Amino acid sequence: MSTMPVAIYTREHYLNASYGWKSWLLTRDHKRIGLLYLMSITFFFFLGGAFATMVRLELMTPKGDLFEAETYNKLFSMHGIVMVFLFLIPSIPAVLGNFLVPMMIGARDLAFPRLNLLSWYLYMIGGVFTLWAIVAGGVDTGWTFYTPYSSLFSNTHVVLTVLGIFVVGFSSILTGLNFIVTIHTMRAPGMTWFRMPLFLWSHYATAIIMVLATPVLAITLVLVGVERIWRVGIFDPAIGGDPILFQHLFWFYSHPAVYIMILPGMGVVSELITTHARKRIFGYSFVAFASLAIAFIGFLVWGHHMFVAGESQYASLMFSVLSFLVAIPSAIKVFNWTATLYKGSVSYDAPMLYAMGFIGLFTIGGLTGLFLATIAIDVHLHDTYFVVAHFHYIMVGGMVMAYLGGIHNWWPKISGRMYPEGWARLAAGIVFIGFNLTFFPQFVLGYLGMPRRYYAYADEFQVLNVMSTAGASILAVGYLLPMIYLIWSLKYGPEAGPNPWNATGLEWQTLSPPPPDNFEETPIVTEPAYNYGPDRRTSI
Amino acid sequence: MEEGFRLIPEQASAFAARYDMLYWFLTGVCGLFALLIVVLIIVFAVRYRRRPDREPEQTNDSMGLEIFWSVIPAILVMVMFVWGADLYLDETIPPAGAEDIYVVGKQWMWKIQHPNGRREINELHVPVGRAVKITHTSQDVIHSFYIPAFRIKQDSVPGQYRTMWFEPTRPGQYHLFCAEYCGTGHSRMIGRVVVMEDMEYQTWLGGYTAETPVEAGRKLFVDLDCASCHESGQRQRCPTLGGLYGTKVQLADGRTALFDETYIRESILDPKAKVAAGFQPVMPTFRGQVTEEQILALIAYIKSLSPNVAVPERSAQ
Repeated sequence: MSTMPVAIYTREHYLNASYGWKSWLLTRDHKRIGLLYLMSITFFFFLGGAFATMVRLELMTPKGDLFEAETYNKLFSMHGIVMVFLFLIPSIPAVLGNFLVPMMIGARDLAFPRLNLLSWYLYMIGGVFTLWAIVAGGVDTGWTFYTPYSSLFSNTHVVLTVLGIFVVGFSSILTGLNFIVTIHTMRAPGMTWFRMPLFLWSHYATAIIMVLATPVLAITLVLVGVERIWRVGIFDPAIGGDPILFQHLFWFYSHPAVYIMILPGMGVVSELITTHARKRIFGYSFVAFASLAIAFIGFLVWGHHMFVAGESQYASLMFSVLSFLVAIPSAIKVFNWTATLYKGSVSYDAPMLYAMGFIGLFTIGGLTGLFLATIAIDVHLHDTYFVVAHFHYIMVGGMVMAYLGGIHNWWPKISGRMYPEGWARLAAGIVFIGFNLTFFPQFVLGYLGMPRRYYAYADEFQVLNVMSTAGASILAVGYLLPMIYLIWSLKYGPEAGPNPWNATGLEWQTLSPPPPDNFEETPIVTEPAYNYGPDRRTSI
Repeated sequence: MEEGFRLIPEQASAFAARYDMLYWFLTGVCGLFALLIVVLIIVFAVRYRRRPDREPEQTNDSMGLEIFWSVIPAILVMVMFVWGADLYLDETIPPAGAEDIYVVGKQWMWKIQHPNGRREINELHVPVGRAVKITHTSQDVIHSFYIPAFRIKQDSVPGQYRTMWFEPTRPGQYHLFCAEYCGTGHSRMIGRVVVMEDMEYQTWLGGYTAETPVEAGRKLFVDLDCASCHESGQRQRCPTLGGLYGTKVQLADGRTALFDETYIRESILDPKAKVAAGFQPVMPTFRGQVTEEQILALIAYIKSLSPNVAVPERSAQ
């Protein structure tokens, strides 16, 4: 490992350039805003995790015995709402994207630094509203807010929660806008589109979805609020509305939102694989265009959530075939990542372990999506634990693995310190094992017919539920460990130096932690991404 | 509901076996792909692990490989699509002569009525070997009628009628679940399906003497004063209803509408929405005056009317 004798304490960098809470809360530095996001989403991740823990504890026994049914319904609803809107959607884009998008293209900041700070404030305001709703008694509609239950039947804090999500949505739109403009206008000399790291392609695709889809969610939630407060018939047939309309509007956002959650993870994995196998990515342009294809087709598949909800048979057929099509760019990515390992120099560092875990779990998540795209099979599996397992393989097995892998990979850049490798490998292993034990049994439970969102269930489902709960407790250990040793490393980790992985990529060509303006002078790019050739020797 | 560990639920309908065949096909294909990826990753990770004496060897992109691994999955998923769509279409079109059962979902129970009028709650008795058609709706929020052993599920949506059908193949007792989250008692909105031999089923039905839905509907039709207009030979203010079920109706605004359960229901609750051509929108709404189950009875009665038969007059009582 190359270590340059630059002491973290003596040189000016973005962390010590100024002090005091004002210098953080009024900062326009994309790196500091990334860290503000890191702290806030970590809080919401553990909050959502606490709700999940309580859900899994209740489900250890078939009878509803730990909580009241109403409490249980609030727990799974708040787990979903917090995890989706306050953790998964902002996670990689707002933390790693914020930190890395300008650095990877050789820019000093995002195009609109003040807008970037506003995004974080909107996120926090929305988060506070949602927390307020939770403290005031919670919400029991599920994260999907299906009408007319959410608009006229639920007696919980729907309006407050919806308001929170509405505000958070604007944070997401502004971040997307910022990324699009930055990637278009602020690339360093020589950084052509096809020299960009794939992390940027996937963030570009994600940003497009954020800007185009999020407003639809905002409108939909406003309509729920309007029907709930003023009893205007929009979704409830008893007052002249159409409940299926809500589902169309909701999934028009929320299916693309699944790609907001996974595309940035795919970008991270492209970086981790190339860095830690010291290989050029196999099929660069295929991986890049696959991101755009996923973003585009992702807008046309929302109806696969509604095969049994009452859309026409012809609509179902169309949505089914389009859903199969969206699987192909995902498959292309998986094959290219795997091929990238071929003849590489594969390290077993924690980021690589997370990346390999991601590929395996994402593959299972994606393939089980094919079951649900098959209309006839979906009729049986819809709203069962099979669906729960499927999307957790994508969201947790995929996105959270990529997020943790990314945090480890760029931790030296963010903090200037190395994390403890042994502990990190151990945590990656625990997460992988705990995850599979938690969610694999749920595929079987689903095919056996156990519906989701059940507080009490038939006795024959107990064995698999106990396995799942046991897995969840292992998973919890795997998530707590990194938080502990990463904080520890801030003080005790060895200095990382500018490029501990000896990686390509402009972010590694500057100091760690980077100076406030990222680069001492604007870099000039002369080579394609991932140019791991003989001139860039592996150093161990 | 047998004991013991199982990977798939019991197969108790004519569809279940066909479903499971497709399921195993998907599991096989997807399992092979997952295995392929996992094995390749492990092999590459071990074979090309980082060693001080070895440099990575850069490889070139291959258009041939990219096409290969795009086209093969594309073909496989199209097979899945066609197979799944075919099964789905078979499942959505009920055969003629199916046993007609009406279901109303409400927070948090299933209310079920058989053609001869027998009612039950959270239990569904059906004969083995005969097609059963379920017409269902909800009177509050969205529910979903789900019988895992038959591999069928459909949302019960307020304000709309849905039909689904199945043919039980094995006598026994099976789970009935609500699959769409519907509030506090969602996981209590469960019951059982009892599949009986036909003889047994007839006996079970036979001991029951309440009025059939058609009779109940006929009575309502008179009590609600529908008959005073909707009968032939009287003031020509509105159409007679005999023989209209299943036909296309010409509407006053030039559109046509299928005269089905949903149309009848809408015309009772919101008569001005789709007025038949040649008539004035003079019918009052019955919203709030009839329950979902009464509407189902009215529908059953209207469906039973044949053309050119006068509907009962008030004096018929």
